[in-house]
Amino acid sequence: MRLLSHNMLSSNIKGVTNGFPLRIEAEKVVVKQVDLNVRFLKNMFPKIEWKALVEASRTMGYAELPEEVEPSKLDSRDFLQKFHHALLELVLEEGALVCPETGRRFPVSKGIPNMLLHEDEV
Amino acid sequence: MWYLCFFFHRLLDYRKAEVESLAQLFCSEDELNDLQWRLPLHHHQDSPFHFVNLPSQEVATKIANRSILVKGMYELWGEGGNYEELEESIRNYPDERKLPYLESDSTFKINVDTFGKVISLQEQTQRIQGFNYIPFKGRVNLRNPEHKFWLMETDDYGANNGLPPIVEKRIFFGREIGGADRKLLPTYQLKSRTYLGPTAMDAEIAFLMANQALATPGKLVYDPFVGTGSILIAAAHYGAMTMGADIDIRVVRDGRGPDCNVWSNFKQYGLPMPIALLRADNNLPPWRSGLKEVFDAIICDPPYGVRAGGRKSGGRKLLKGVVGPYIVPDDKRTGHIPSTGAYTLVECVHDLLDLAARMLVMGGRLVFFYPVLREDDNAETHFPEHPCFKLIASSEQILSSRYSRVLLTMVKTSQYTEEVAEAARIKHIDFKENHVKWLEDGNLHSAVFSPADAQLNGAADAKATREAKPKYRGKYV
Repeated sequence: MRLLSHNMLSSNIKGVTNGFPLRIEAEKVVVKQVDLNVRFLKNMFPKIEWKALVEASRTMGYAELPEEVEPSKLDSRDFLQKFHHALLELVLEEGALVCPETGRRFPVSKGIPNMLLHEDEV
Repeated sequence: MWYLCFFFHRLLDYRKAEVESLAQLFCSEDELNDLQWRLPLHHHQDSPFHFVNLPSQEVATKIANRSILVKGMYELWGEGGNYEELEESIRNYPDERKLPYLESDSTFKINVDTFGKVISLQEQTQRIQGFNYIPFKGRVNLRNPEHKFWLMETDDYGANNGLPPIVEKRIFFGREIGGADRKLLPTYQLKSRTYLGPTAMDAEIAFLMANQALATPGKLVYDPFVGTGSILIAAAHYGAMTMGADIDIRVVRDGRGPDCNVWSNFKQYGLPMPIALLRADNNLPPWRSGLKEVFDAIICDPPYGVRAGGRKSGGRKLLKGVVGPYIVPDDKRTGHIPSTGAYTLVECVHDLLDLAARMLVMGGRLVFFYPVLREDDNAETHFPEHPCFKLIASSEQILSSRYSRVLLTMVKTSQYTEEVAEAARIKHIDFKENHVKWLEDGNLHSAVFSPADAQLNGAADAKATREAKPKYRGKYV
C-alpha cells in the first residue's frame, strides 16, 4: 500500500465519524520505483491531505517532507521528487492500518490493505 | 479536411465511438464541434468505409494510430463507381496535394484491398499498372516505403459479409496516413496471460475501453471490480496510473502464487504496476469523507451474475433481516472472514454511478458494460442515468441470442452534491421499478441459461412479434 491510498482511505465502520487518517503500524516497508510524472503530481496535489501525508511518511521512516506547503512549491523539482517519493514509492508491504476512533486494525498483507468490514461493523 | 476511414469489419457499434473519443485527446474544443461523419454514396451505415472530417492530417494520423478498429485512414485522391470515374476523379484532385508525394527522391508502394470480394494477384497487378496516368516519379519500395497508396474496392452484388448490400460498387484510391496497431492484440491476448479469471476481459475490448476512457500518462484510472486486472492492463499500456479494488481477497492478494497474480500480469508485459490494489466493498467504499474528484476515469465490467455474481458485505440472512449481525468474539477478530451476500446488478450500478459522480474529476469518464436482454426487443432499452453524467456512447456487443452487453461511456458534466446524490437515488428507484425487474437477483442468469422450451411456451406472442422484426445481423460480427 502506497501513501496515496493511505491518504484516500478511512475507517468506514458504522458509527465512526472520524475515521481519518488511519494510523500506520509498519512491519515491513519497501521502496518501489515509480516513474515520476509531473502532471500526475500536480493533479493530485490539491486533493492530498498534506498533514496526513507528512505524518504517514514519518511513520514509514521518511522525514523529508515539509510541515507546511504552498502550491507554488510544485515548480521546484526537488520538492516534486520528495512528494513523489512519499506519495508513490514508499510501500507498506506488511502491517496494519488502525482506525483512530475504535482501534480496529485493518491488516495490510502483501501490500494489499483489507478494508472489508466485519458483520457487526456494517 | 475530410479523410477516408476504412474500419475493420467487427464491433460495428464501437468504431465511430472510438474515433470520436480519441479525437477528444488530440483536438481542441472548437475542432471537436467540427467533427462530422459522411457515408460514401449509397453505402449503408455499417459499411466499413466512412468519411470523417478532422482538423488536420496530424490529428487524423494520431487518432488512427492509437485506435484499435481503424484499419486505415487515407487522404482520398479519388473515388468512383468504375475505373473511368476513378481516373477522372484522381486527375481532378489538385496537383499541389499530389505532387509532394510523387517526387523522384521518394519511395512508394501501391496496395490493393477489397471488401466483400477477392481479386487475384494478376488482376491486382493489372489494376496497379492501370494507374500509369498518375506521374509517379519515386522508386518502388515494397518493404519500407515512405508513401503508401491504397486502391480499395467494394462490389455491388448481394449481401456483403452479413450486411445488407452496399448498393453501389465503389472504388477508392488514397494515400495512407495512419492505421491501428493490431500487433498489440496478439501481445496482450488472454491465452498468453499468466493469471486469468473466469471473467477476464478480452484484450481487444479492454483496449477499446481504455480508449473510451481516454487513458493517457498522468491520469489516474480506477477499476472497482479489478479481478485479475485485465482492463487496467490496457489503461496502463497507454501510460495511465492505475488503481483497483475487489471484494475477493484471494484474487487481489494471492492469485495463484508468487508469479501468478495481478502484479505478475503487469510485469509480464513490462507495464508499470498498479499504484494501488485494495480489498474493498463497492457497496461500502472506504474513501475518507471530503475526498472527491480524484479519478480521471473509472472503467469496469461490473459483475452481472451471468458468469460471476457480485458480492457485498453482510451475510445472506443478515441482509434479509432474519438475524442480527454476528458479533465477532475479540479473540477471533484478527483472522475473521466476514460473510458476504448477493449484490444485485441494480444496486451495483447505483453504487457505481454514485461513486463515479463523486470521485471523477469534471469531464472525467465512466466506462462500463451493462447487460441487455435481447427478448426486450419491443421495449426501448433504458440505460441507467445520473444527473451528473451525460451518456456519449453506447456500443452493443451481442453475446448470445438471449443477451448482449452494451459498453456505456458517460462524461461527468456537473458537480456532485448531497442534493444531486438524493435526486439520483430517487431517479434510481424509479428506474429500478419500471425498467429493470430482470436485473434483480438471479433473473438475468435464468433468462440467459433457462432451457429453450420454457422460453418458447412463455413467450409465444413475443416470438411472433420478434419474427416480424428480424434482428439486424450486422452486430454479430
